[in-house]
Amino acid sequence: MCKKGTLVIELSDVSYSYGGGELLSHLNLTLARGSFHFLTGPSGAGKTTLLKLCYGDLHPTAGRITLFGDNVRDMGRDDIARLRRRVGVVHQDCQFLDHLSVAENVALPLSVSGRDVRDEASNLIDLLGWVGMSGQTESRPPELSGGERQRAALARAVIMDPDIIIADEPTGNVDWEMSLRLLSLLVELNKMGKTVLIATHDLNLIRSAKAQVAARVLRIRNRQIQLAGADL
Amino acid sequence: MSVLSDLFAVARGDSQADRAVPPTGFTARLTLFSSGAMAFLAVFAMALSLATGRLAERWSSELARSATVRISAPAGQVEAQTQAAVRVLQTTPGVAQVRVLEDAEQRALLEPWFGPDLPVDSLPIPQMIDVIEDSNGYDGEGLRLRLQAEAPGAVLDDHTRWRKPLVRAAGRLRALGLASVVLIALTTGAMITLAANAALAANAQVIRVLRLVGARDVYIARAFVRRFTIRALLGAAVGTLLGMIAIALLPSASVEGGFLTGLGFQGSHWLLPLLIPLLAAVVAFWATRIAAFRTLKEQT
Repeated sequence: MCKKGTLVIELSDVSYSYGGGELLSHLNLTLARGSFHFLTGPSGAGKTTLLKLCYGDLHPTAGRITLFGDNVRDMGRDDIARLRRRVGVVHQDCQFLDHLSVAENVALPLSVSGRDVRDEASNLIDLLGWVGMSGQTESRPPELSGGERQRAALARAVIMDPDIIIADEPTGNVDWEMSLRLLSLLVELNKMGKTVLIATHDLNLIRSAKAQVAARVLRIRNRQIQLAGADL
Repeated sequence: MSVLSDLFAVARGDSQADRAVPPTGFTARLTLFSSGAMAFLAVFAMALSLATGRLAERWSSELARSATVRISAPAGQVEAQTQAAVRVLQTTPGVAQVRVLEDAEQRALLEPWFGPDLPVDSLPIPQMIDVIEDSNGYDGEGLRLRLQAEAPGAVLDDHTRWRKPLVRAAGRLRALGLASVVLIALTTGAMITLAANAALAANAQVIRVLRLVGARDVYIARAFVRRFTIRALLGAAVGTLLGMIAIALLPSASVEGGFLTGLGFQGSHWLLPLLIPLLAAVVAFWATRIAAFRTLKEQT
């Protein structure tokens, strides 16, 4: 567990190239524990790439990324896997195992970390209740609506009590009402001390969040990261 | 250490990990069928190897202790030279038993080639004398010289000329049988590798999700390794059982049948095929493990 105020993610002069072109160039970014960040920018700007760099799914072509004080480049494959248990990730397409029930999908991080899901049953039920999915525990992911899938994905992201929640366009496939509901859950998590980083191009969502929480808005433009102005 | 823990994990099972990877019908059927078919063939290869081993041993031990003296002389001298040869043989150290073959016995020896109505009396067939040596053996060169002196038409055949190639051939057949078992194991490994690769490719999305939630490579690999190991074990068990039944139903060994009817297991050798399912499981364990870790590394 990180101490309050300590850096959970630090990017120093990070560049990332793909297919011969540089997608991100000399980025510097620090996320302190308990902070709330939005990452915005046009489609294809590199938001998803930056998020993947933040949870060790991609390695930078230059520069240094530090997660919880450890350089990602020095980590082995098993270390990265263990690190992901401290980082809850919510994707726009949710990425579920369609042959498992919602409850089994949400409990998947417990299974892969070697914990017995039966011992965590009450926590699992509480968590599904918190995201409003108590009635769909035995449903299969293809049977869920977009909003339900996102809430289930959020439940899966937090079941391991991670230090950071990273969400990539979590409201991309849901209506405004559901977007606000998801946002309130993320704000609640932040108030519990979790660091939250959300990639979105939904400026209304950002404005709505800023009314509830001290959120910093970062914008990717021309392969660089900038702090967004008062227009947001 | 990791391999050992993987082996324990395969034996112990992990229902949560097993559930994470969806069952894939095609690769399951391919693994079951190929391991079953290969086990069936392995039973025959093993039976061939053991049968030829026994044959080589029998030829080697039985024929090594026997010899034949052939009397080829003008009609009027055959009886006299036969008696002379018998006297020489009976007084030769190392010869345990001498027996002049009867006409009926000689006819029986020729019957498979010339039919049952062979007129032995009217044909210039040499007289055969069966010689069995004792455990000390006789001096072959000395015996030849003595026979030449007492019975010029006597020729000593200690079977060396054709015994050695036969024993050598049987030995090679045995080696071929063993090589077949090895080839079958390698082919099983190759087929299971292909099936495992197909399953890993088909489950790329599952692997992505498992990684996203913090699964280590060993966790993902185990889910596949356990599945393929158990399939190979079950398929090979069925194939082995069918192979053993087929071997048991082969005609029993007989003089008329010769070598082929001797193909099979004897005594404790019936237990050896039981190793085949275990071997198939070991092959599947390694083939899937190597394929899984290679694929997971490539997908990074």
